[in-house]
Amino acid sequence: MLAKRIIPCLDVKNGRTVKGINFLGLKDVGDPVELGAAYAAQGADELVYLDISATVEGRGTFVSLVEKIASRVNIPFTVGGGISSLDDAARLLDSGADKISVNSAAVRNPDLIDRIAGRYGSQFIVLAIDARNQGNQWIITTHGGSRMTDRELFSWAREGQERGAGEILLTSMDHDGTRSGYPCDLFAQLSEQLSVPLIASGGAGSAQDIARVLTEGKADAALAASIFHYGQMTVGELKEALAASGVCVRM
Amino acid sequence: MEDVVIIDYATGNLRSVCNALDRLGARWRLSSDAGEILAAERVLLPGVGDASCAMNELKARGLDDVVRGLTVPVLGICVGMQLLCRSSEEGNVNCLGIFNTPVCRLHPDAAAGVKVPHMGWNTLTDLTSPLFDGLEDGCFAYFVHSYAASLCPETIAVAQNGISFSAALSRENFYGVQFHPEKSGEVGSRILYNFLNIK
Repeated sequence: MLAKRIIPCLDVKNGRTVKGINFLGLKDVGDPVELGAAYAAQGADELVYLDISATVEGRGTFVSLVEKIASRVNIPFTVGGGISSLDDAARLLDSGADKISVNSAAVRNPDLIDRIAGRYGSQFIVLAIDARNQGNQWIITTHGGSRMTDRELFSWAREGQERGAGEILLTSMDHDGTRSGYPCDLFAQLSEQLSVPLIASGGAGSAQDIARVLTEGKADAALAASIFHYGQMTVGELKEALAASGVCVRM
Repeated sequence: MEDVVIIDYATGNLRSVCNALDRLGARWRLSSDAGEILAAERVLLPGVGDASCAMNELKARGLDDVVRGLTVPVLGICVGMQLLCRSSEEGNVNCLGIFNTPVCRLHPDAAAGVKVPHMGWNTLTDLTSPLFDGLEDGCFAYFVHSYAASLCPETIAVAQNGISFSAALSRENFYGVQFHPEKSGEVGSRILYNFLNIK
Protein backbone atom coordinates (compact mmCIF):
# COMPACT_ATOMS: atom_id res chain seq x y z
CA MET A 1 0.00 0.00 0.00
CA LEU A 2 1.24 3.45 -0.90
CA ALA A 3 2.27 5.31 2.26
CA LYS A 4 1.47 8.93 3.01
CA ARG A 5 4.78 10.78 3.02
CA ILE A 6 6.19 12.95 5.81
CA ILE A 7 8.63 15.53 4.52
CA PRO A 8 10.69 17.74 6.85
CA CYS A 9 11.64 21.06 5.27
CA LEU A 10 15.00 22.66 6.04
CA ASP A 11 15.76 26.31 5.34
CA VAL A 12 19.36 26.89 4.30
CA LYS A 13 21.11 30.24 4.31
CA ASN A 14 24.69 30.57 3.09
CA GLY A 15 25.18 26.82 3.42
CA ARG A 16 23.88 26.57 7.00
CA THR A 17 20.57 25.32 8.37
CA VAL A 18 18.50 28.12 9.82
CA LYS A 19 16.29 27.59 12.92
CA GLY A 20 17.57 25.92 16.02
CA ILE A 21 17.15 22.25 16.64
CA ASN A 22 18.79 20.65 19.60
CA PHE A 23 16.75 17.57 20.30
CA LEU A 24 18.56 15.40 17.77
CA GLY A 25 21.76 15.13 19.77
CA LEU A 26 23.75 16.39 16.81
CA LYS A 27 27.08 18.07 17.30
CA ASP A 28 26.25 20.62 14.65
CA VAL A 29 22.56 21.29 14.06
CA GLY A 30 23.55 23.98 11.56
CA ASP A 31 24.98 21.40 9.18
CA PRO A 32 22.29 20.63 6.58
CA VAL A 33 23.91 17.30 5.65
CA GLU A 34 24.02 16.02 9.24
CA LEU A 35 20.54 17.26 9.97
CA GLY A 36 19.12 15.68 6.81
CA ALA A 37 20.79 12.37 7.60
CA ALA A 38 19.35 12.51 11.13
CA TYR A 39 15.83 13.12 9.79
CA ALA A 40 16.29 10.23 7.35
CA ALA A 41 17.35 7.98 10.23
CA GLN A 42 14.23 9.03 12.17
CA GLY A 43 12.06 7.86 9.28
CA ALA A 44 11.55 10.93 7.09
CA ASP A 45 10.27 9.84 3.68
CA GLU A 46 11.82 12.70 1.74
CA LEU A 47 13.53 15.99 2.52
CA VAL A 48 13.07 19.47 1.12
CA TYR A 49 15.93 21.97 1.27
CA LEU A 50 14.95 25.58 0.62
CA ASP A 51 17.75 27.99 -0.19
CA ILE A 52 16.92 31.33 1.38
CA SER A 53 20.34 32.88 0.66
CA ALA A 54 20.03 36.31 -0.82
CA THR A 55 23.53 36.52 -2.28
CA VAL A 56 25.36 35.03 -5.26
CA GLU A 57 27.97 33.52 -2.90
CA GLY A 58 25.22 31.92 -0.85
CA ARG A 59 23.69 30.36 -3.94
CA GLY A 60 27.07 28.98 -5.03
CA THR A 61 27.50 27.37 -1.61
CA PHE A 62 24.09 25.73 -2.00
CA VAL A 63 25.13 23.90 -5.18
CA SER A 64 28.14 22.29 -3.51
CA LEU A 65 25.95 21.50 -0.51
CA VAL A 66 23.55 19.61 -2.78
CA GLU A 67 26.43 17.36 -3.87
CA LYS A 68 27.24 16.56 -0.25
CA ILE A 69 23.61 15.83 0.60
CA ALA A 70 23.32 13.53 -2.42
CA SER A 71 26.34 11.49 -1.41
CA ARG A 72 25.22 11.11 2.20
CA VAL A 73 21.41 10.90 2.27
CA ASN A 74 19.76 7.69 1.05
CA ILE A 75 16.21 9.01 0.58
CA PRO A 76 14.92 11.41 -2.10
CA PHE A 77 15.37 15.15 -1.61
CA THR A 78 13.94 18.21 -3.31
CA VAL A 79 15.68 21.57 -3.51
CA GLY A 80 14.05 24.91 -4.09
CA GLY A 81 14.31 28.61 -3.47
CA GLY A 82 15.05 31.14 -6.14
CA ILE A 83 15.09 28.77 -9.11
CA SER A 84 14.21 31.01 -12.05
CA SER A 85 15.74 29.40 -15.12
CA LEU A 86 16.37 26.05 -16.76
CA ASP A 87 20.08 26.58 -15.99
CA ASP A 88 19.37 27.02 -12.25
CA ALA A 89 17.36 23.80 -12.26
CA ALA A 90 19.98 21.94 -14.30
CA ARG A 91 22.80 22.92 -11.93
CA LEU A 92 20.92 21.52 -8.94
CA LEU A 93 19.65 18.35 -10.62
CA ASP A 94 23.09 17.62 -12.08
CA SER A 95 24.53 18.08 -8.58
CA GLY A 96 22.38 15.20 -7.36
CA ALA A 97 19.04 16.68 -6.27
CA ASP A 98 16.16 14.28 -7.00
CA LYS A 99 13.64 17.04 -7.66
CA ILE A 100 13.54 20.81 -7.80
CA SER A 101 10.65 23.03 -6.80
CA VAL A 102 9.66 26.22 -8.57
CA ASN A 103 7.33 28.88 -7.24
CA SER A 104 7.37 32.62 -8.08
CA ALA A 105 9.43 32.20 -11.24
CA ALA A 106 6.87 29.77 -12.68
CA VAL A 107 4.05 32.25 -12.03
CA ARG A 108 6.03 34.91 -13.86
CA ASN A 109 7.09 32.52 -16.62
CA PRO A 110 4.91 29.37 -16.77
CA ASP A 111 6.94 28.05 -19.72
CA LEU A 112 9.72 27.30 -17.21
CA ILE A 113 7.69 24.25 -16.09
CA ASP A 114 7.49 22.90 -19.65
CA ARG A 115 11.19 23.45 -20.21
CA ILE A 116 12.34 21.70 -17.04
CA ALA A 117 9.84 18.84 -17.49
CA GLY A 118 10.81 18.54 -21.17
CA ARG A 119 14.48 18.20 -20.40
CA TYR A 120 14.39 16.09 -17.21
CA GLY A 121 10.87 14.62 -16.98
CA SER A 122 7.84 15.49 -14.85
CA GLN A 123 9.06 13.52 -11.88
CA PHE A 124 11.85 16.05 -11.36
CA ILE A 125 9.68 19.13 -10.98
CA VAL A 126 7.45 20.15 -8.09
CA LEU A 127 5.24 23.20 -8.52
CA ALA A 128 5.03 25.04 -5.19
CA ILE A 129 1.99 27.30 -4.84
CA ASP A 130 1.39 29.89 -2.10
CA ALA A 131 -2.28 30.88 -2.00
CA ARG A 132 -4.45 33.27 0.02
CA ASN A 133 -8.19 33.28 0.49
CA GLN A 134 -9.83 36.36 -1.08
CA GLY A 135 -13.59 36.41 -0.71
CA ASN A 136 -14.78 33.22 -2.38
CA GLN A 137 -11.58 32.49 -4.28
CA TRP A 138 -8.05 31.32 -3.52
CA ILE A 139 -5.52 33.61 -5.19
CA ILE A 140 -1.87 32.84 -5.96
CA THR A 141 0.74 34.93 -4.20
CA THR A 142 4.47 35.18 -4.87
CA HIS A 143 7.59 36.22 -2.97
CA GLY A 144 6.67 34.37 0.20
CA GLY A 145 3.06 35.47 0.15
CA SER A 146 3.83 39.19 -0.02
CA ARG A 147 2.63 39.82 -3.57
CA MET A 148 -0.85 39.04 -4.88
CA THR A 149 -1.27 37.92 -8.50
CA ASP A 150 -4.33 37.69 -10.73
CA ARG A 151 -4.17 33.90 -10.89
CA GLU A 152 -6.71 31.61 -9.24
CA LEU A 153 -5.47 28.50 -7.40
CA PHE A 154 -7.40 25.68 -9.12
CA SER A 155 -6.76 26.84 -12.66
CA TRP A 156 -3.07 27.46 -11.93
CA ALA A 157 -2.60 24.02 -10.32
CA ARG A 158 -4.26 22.31 -13.30
CA GLU A 159 -2.19 24.38 -15.72
CA GLY A 160 0.97 23.44 -13.81
CA GLN A 161 0.05 19.75 -14.04
CA GLU A 162 -0.66 20.05 -17.76
CA ARG A 163 2.63 21.82 -18.34
CA GLY A 164 4.44 18.90 -16.73
CA ALA A 165 4.74 19.41 -12.97
CA GLY A 166 4.93 15.95 -11.36
CA GLU A 167 3.66 17.13 -7.96
CA ILE A 168 1.88 20.15 -6.52
CA LEU A 169 2.98 21.57 -3.14
CA LEU A 170 0.28 23.86 -1.75
CA THR A 171 0.72 26.28 1.16
CA SER A 172 -2.19 28.31 2.49
CA MET A 173 -0.54 31.59 3.43
CA ASP A 174 -3.55 32.29 5.66
CA HIS A 175 -2.63 29.26 7.79
CA ASP A 176 1.17 29.15 7.39
CA GLY A 177 2.89 29.76 10.72
CA THR A 178 -0.37 29.79 12.69
CA ARG A 179 -0.10 26.17 13.85
CA SER A 180 -3.89 26.06 13.76
CA GLY A 181 -4.30 23.26 11.22
CA TYR A 182 -4.82 23.04 7.48
CA PRO A 183 -7.87 24.08 5.42
CA CYS A 184 -8.78 20.44 4.74
CA ASP A 185 -11.74 21.20 2.44
CA LEU A 186 -9.45 23.15 0.14
CA PHE A 187 -6.87 20.37 -0.02
CA ALA A 188 -9.53 17.71 -0.64
CA GLN A 189 -11.11 19.71 -3.46
CA LEU A 190 -7.77 20.30 -5.14
CA SER A 191 -6.53 16.74 -4.65
CA GLU A 192 -9.66 15.38 -6.37
CA GLN A 193 -9.02 17.61 -9.36
CA LEU A 194 -5.40 16.58 -9.79
CA SER A 195 -4.00 13.35 -11.21
CA VAL A 196 -0.55 14.11 -9.75
CA PRO A 197 0.26 13.92 -6.02
CA LEU A 198 -0.57 16.85 -3.74
CA ILE A 199 1.71 17.84 -0.85
CA ALA A 200 0.17 19.86 1.99
CA SER A 201 2.19 22.55 3.70
CA GLY A 202 1.72 25.29 6.26
CA GLY A 203 -0.31 25.31 9.44
CA ALA A 204 0.45 22.07 11.23
CA GLY A 205 0.36 22.45 14.99
CA SER A 206 -0.10 18.83 15.97
CA ALA A 207 -0.03 15.26 14.72
CA GLN A 208 -3.84 15.39 14.53
CA ASP A 209 -3.67 18.31 12.08
CA ILE A 210 -1.37 16.29 9.83
CA ALA A 211 -3.55 13.18 10.17
CA ARG A 212 -6.59 15.22 9.10
CA VAL A 213 -5.00 16.73 6.00
CA LEU A 214 -3.80 13.26 4.91
CA THR A 215 -7.28 11.74 5.36
CA GLU A 216 -10.09 14.33 5.09
CA GLY A 217 -7.77 16.63 3.12
CA LYS A 218 -6.82 13.77 0.74
CA ALA A 219 -3.25 15.05 0.53
CA ASP A 220 -0.63 12.50 -0.52
CA ALA A 221 2.13 13.96 1.64
CA ALA A 222 2.69 16.57 4.33
CA LEU A 223 5.59 18.99 4.52
CA ALA A 224 6.43 20.33 7.94
CA ALA A 225 9.09 22.50 9.49
CA SER A 226 8.30 24.04 12.91
CA ILE A 227 6.79 20.91 14.39
CA PHE A 228 10.17 19.19 14.00
CA HIS A 229 12.54 22.10 14.33
CA TYR A 230 11.29 23.27 17.69
CA GLY A 231 11.51 19.83 19.17
CA GLN A 232 7.77 19.29 19.55
CA MET A 233 8.13 15.78 18.19
CA THR A 234 10.46 13.64 16.12
CA VAL A 235 9.52 12.27 12.71
CA GLY A 236 9.27 8.84 14.31
CA GLU A 237 6.88 10.07 17.02
CA LEU A 238 4.72 11.81 14.41
CA LYS A 239 4.53 8.64 12.32
CA GLU A 240 3.57 6.54 15.33
CA ALA A 241 0.75 8.99 16.08
CA LEU A 242 -0.37 8.90 12.42
CA ALA A 243 -0.32 5.10 12.36
CA ALA A 244 -2.41 5.07 15.54
CA SER A 245 -4.93 7.30 13.72
CA GLY A 246 -5.13 4.79 10.90
CA VAL A 247 -2.93 6.62 8.37
CA CYS A 248 -0.69 4.35 6.29
CA VAL A 249 2.88 5.48 6.91
CA ARG A 250 6.24 3.82 6.37
CA MET A 251 7.54 2.69 9.75
CA MET B 1 38.68 -4.77 -11.09
CA GLU B 2 35.31 -3.15 -10.38
CA ASP B 3 32.51 -4.98 -8.62
CA VAL B 4 29.98 -3.60 -11.07
CA VAL B 5 29.84 -1.81 -14.43
CA ILE B 6 27.03 0.74 -14.78
CA ILE B 7 25.87 1.11 -18.37
CA ASP B 8 26.12 4.78 -19.31
CA TYR B 9 23.84 5.40 -22.29
CA ALA B 10 22.80 9.02 -21.80
CA THR B 11 19.55 8.45 -19.96
CA GLY B 12 19.92 10.97 -17.25
CA ASN B 13 21.65 11.26 -13.97
CA LEU B 14 23.60 8.26 -12.71
CA ARG B 15 24.92 10.07 -9.67
CA SER B 16 22.36 8.62 -7.24
CA VAL B 17 23.23 5.06 -8.21
CA CYS B 18 26.96 5.78 -7.95
CA ASN B 19 26.49 7.42 -4.54
CA ALA B 20 24.52 4.42 -3.26
CA LEU B 21 27.27 2.03 -4.41
CA ASP B 22 29.86 4.28 -2.75
CA ARG B 23 27.93 4.07 0.52
CA LEU B 24 28.24 0.25 0.26
CA GLY B 25 31.96 0.51 -0.47
CA ALA B 26 31.50 -1.10 -3.90
CA ARG B 27 33.85 -0.33 -6.79
CA TRP B 28 32.03 0.71 -9.93
CA ARG B 29 32.74 2.03 -13.41
CA LEU B 30 30.50 3.89 -15.86
CA SER B 31 30.82 2.54 -19.36
CA SER B 32 29.16 2.39 -22.74
CA ASP B 33 31.93 0.19 -24.13
CA ALA B 34 30.76 -3.27 -25.22
CA GLY B 35 34.10 -4.88 -24.33
CA GLU B 36 34.08 -3.47 -20.81
CA ILE B 37 30.46 -4.45 -20.27
CA LEU B 38 31.09 -8.01 -21.51
CA ALA B 39 34.09 -8.33 -19.19
CA ALA B 40 32.21 -7.08 -16.11
CA GLU B 41 31.59 -9.21 -13.01
CA ARG B 42 28.10 -7.74 -12.79
CA VAL B 43 26.17 -5.11 -14.69
CA LEU B 44 23.73 -2.43 -13.70
CA LEU B 45 21.30 -0.99 -16.26
CA PRO B 46 19.82 2.26 -14.89
CA GLY B 47 17.38 4.51 -16.71
CA VAL B 48 15.01 7.39 -16.24
CA GLY B 49 12.70 9.22 -18.61
CA ASP B 50 11.02 7.84 -21.69
CA ALA B 51 11.37 4.08 -22.37
CA SER B 52 11.35 4.39 -26.17
CA CYS B 53 14.06 7.08 -26.05
CA ALA B 54 16.11 4.93 -23.68
CA MET B 55 15.71 1.90 -25.98
CA ASN B 56 16.88 3.97 -28.93
CA GLU B 57 19.92 5.20 -27.00
CA LEU B 58 20.80 1.62 -26.08
CA LYS B 59 20.45 0.45 -29.69
CA ALA B 60 22.37 3.42 -31.07
CA ARG B 61 25.37 2.23 -29.04
CA GLY B 62 24.90 -1.36 -30.18
CA LEU B 63 24.29 -2.37 -26.57
CA ASP B 64 20.92 -4.11 -26.97
CA ASP B 65 22.52 -7.37 -28.12
CA VAL B 66 25.35 -6.94 -25.62
CA VAL B 67 22.90 -6.79 -22.71
CA ARG B 68 20.83 -9.71 -24.06
CA GLY B 69 23.96 -11.85 -24.26
CA LEU B 70 25.21 -11.19 -20.72
CA THR B 71 25.65 -14.23 -18.45
CA VAL B 72 26.77 -12.38 -15.30
CA PRO B 73 24.23 -10.92 -12.81
CA VAL B 74 22.42 -7.96 -14.38
CA LEU B 75 20.16 -5.52 -12.50
CA GLY B 76 17.84 -3.14 -14.35
CA ILE B 77 16.51 -0.20 -12.34
CA CYS B 78 13.26 1.64 -13.17
CA VAL B 79 13.29 2.28 -16.93
CA GLY B 80 16.32 -0.03 -17.05
CA MET B 81 14.03 -2.81 -15.76
CA GLN B 82 11.34 -1.86 -18.28
CA LEU B 83 13.86 -2.24 -21.12
CA LEU B 84 14.43 -5.85 -20.03
CA CYS B 85 10.71 -6.54 -20.60
CA ARG B 86 9.01 -7.54 -23.86
CA SER B 87 7.62 -4.15 -24.86
CA SER B 88 6.54 -0.78 -23.50
CA GLU B 89 3.40 1.23 -24.19
CA GLU B 90 5.53 4.33 -23.70
CA GLY B 91 6.30 5.13 -27.33
CA ASN B 92 5.05 1.63 -28.32
CA VAL B 93 8.53 0.18 -28.41
CA ASN B 94 9.81 -3.38 -28.49
CA CYS B 95 12.27 -3.95 -25.68
CA LEU B 96 14.87 -6.64 -24.94
CA GLY B 97 12.39 -9.42 -24.14
CA ILE B 98 14.31 -10.98 -21.26
CA PHE B 99 11.15 -10.87 -19.12
CA ASN B 100 8.14 -12.01 -21.11
CA THR B 101 5.74 -9.30 -19.98
CA PRO B 102 4.54 -5.97 -21.36
CA VAL B 103 4.99 -2.58 -19.67
CA CYS B 104 1.69 -0.68 -19.61
CA ARG B 105 0.54 2.80 -18.63
CA LEU B 106 -0.83 3.27 -15.10
CA HIS B 107 -4.16 5.10 -14.87
CA PRO B 108 -5.21 7.64 -12.24
CA ASP B 109 -8.50 7.00 -10.44
CA ALA B 110 -9.81 10.00 -8.52
CA ALA B 111 -12.51 8.01 -6.71
CA ALA B 112 -9.95 5.51 -5.39
CA GLY B 113 -7.32 8.17 -4.72
CA VAL B 114 -4.90 6.63 -7.24
CA LYS B 115 -2.42 9.18 -8.60
CA VAL B 116 -0.08 8.92 -11.58
CA PRO B 117 2.91 9.19 -11.52
CA HIS B 118 2.97 6.53 -8.83
CA MET B 119 5.27 8.37 -6.48
CA GLY B 120 6.43 7.56 -2.98
CA TRP B 121 7.02 4.63 -0.67
CA ASN B 122 5.00 1.52 -1.37
CA THR B 123 5.05 -1.97 0.08
CA LEU B 124 6.75 -4.89 -1.63
CA THR B 125 4.89 -8.16 -1.20
CA ASP B 126 5.21 -11.77 -2.40
CA LEU B 127 8.99 -11.58 -2.21
CA THR B 128 10.55 -14.63 -3.83
CA SER B 129 14.20 -14.07 -4.65
CA PRO B 130 17.64 -13.94 -3.00
CA LEU B 131 17.56 -10.28 -4.07
CA PHE B 132 15.34 -9.71 -1.00
CA ASP B 133 17.37 -11.74 1.52
CA GLY B 134 17.03 -10.22 4.97
CA LEU B 135 13.88 -8.27 4.07
CA GLU B 136 10.32 -8.97 5.05
CA ASP B 137 7.12 -8.97 3.06
CA GLY B 138 5.57 -5.52 3.42
CA CYS B 139 8.86 -3.58 3.49
CA PHE B 140 8.75 -0.19 1.74
CA ALA B 141 10.63 0.96 -1.37
CA TYR B 142 10.59 4.30 -3.19
CA PHE B 143 8.83 4.40 -6.58
CA VAL B 144 8.53 7.08 -9.25
CA HIS B 145 6.97 5.92 -12.50
CA SER B 146 3.93 6.14 -14.77
CA TYR B 147 4.31 2.77 -16.56
CA ALA B 148 4.53 -0.66 -14.97
CA ALA B 149 5.28 -4.27 -15.91
CA SER B 150 2.32 -6.65 -15.69
CA LEU B 151 2.41 -9.61 -13.33
CA CYS B 152 3.95 -12.74 -14.86
CA PRO B 153 5.75 -15.95 -13.82
CA GLU B 154 9.00 -13.95 -13.57
CA THR B 155 7.53 -11.56 -10.96
CA ILE B 156 9.56 -11.73 -7.72
CA ALA B 157 7.88 -8.82 -5.88
CA VAL B 158 4.44 -7.24 -6.21
CA ALA B 159 3.28 -3.66 -5.57
CA GLN B 160 -0.08 -1.96 -6.03
CA ASN B 161 -1.19 1.38 -7.41
CA GLY B 162 -4.77 0.86 -8.52
CA ILE B 163 -3.64 -2.43 -10.06
CA SER B 164 -1.08 -4.99 -8.93
CA PHE B 165 2.12 -4.92 -10.97
CA SER B 166 5.64 -6.37 -10.96
CA ALA B 167 7.75 -4.40 -8.49
CA ALA B 168 10.62 -6.73 -9.39
CA LEU B 169 11.33 -9.47 -11.91
CA SER B 170 14.00 -12.11 -12.44
CA ARG B 171 14.96 -14.74 -14.93
CA GLU B 172 18.24 -16.67 -14.76
CA ASN B 173 20.99 -14.06 -14.26
CA PHE B 174 18.71 -11.09 -14.98
CA TYR B 175 17.01 -9.00 -12.27
CA GLY B 176 14.90 -5.88 -12.55
CA VAL B 177 13.36 -3.53 -10.00
CA GLN B 178 10.76 -0.87 -10.79
CA PHE B 179 11.53 1.10 -7.62
CA HIS B 180 14.73 3.00 -6.86
CA PRO B 181 16.92 1.00 -4.45
CA GLU B 182 19.44 3.85 -4.50
CA LYS B 183 16.78 6.09 -2.87
CA SER B 184 15.03 3.50 -0.71
CA GLY B 185 16.94 3.97 2.54
CA GLU B 186 18.11 0.84 4.37
CA VAL B 187 15.80 -1.46 2.39
CA GLY B 188 17.32 -0.22 -0.87
CA SER B 189 20.86 -0.57 0.45
CA ARG B 190 20.14 -4.16 1.41
CA ILE B 191 18.80 -4.95 -2.07
CA LEU B 192 21.89 -3.47 -3.74
CA TYR B 193 24.08 -5.36 -1.27
CA ASN B 194 22.24 -8.58 -2.10
CA PHE B 195 22.70 -7.97 -5.82
CA LEU B 196 26.43 -7.39 -5.32
CA ASN B 197 26.59 -10.75 -3.55
CA ILE B 198 24.48 -12.89 -5.88
CA LYS B 199 26.57 -15.67 -7.39
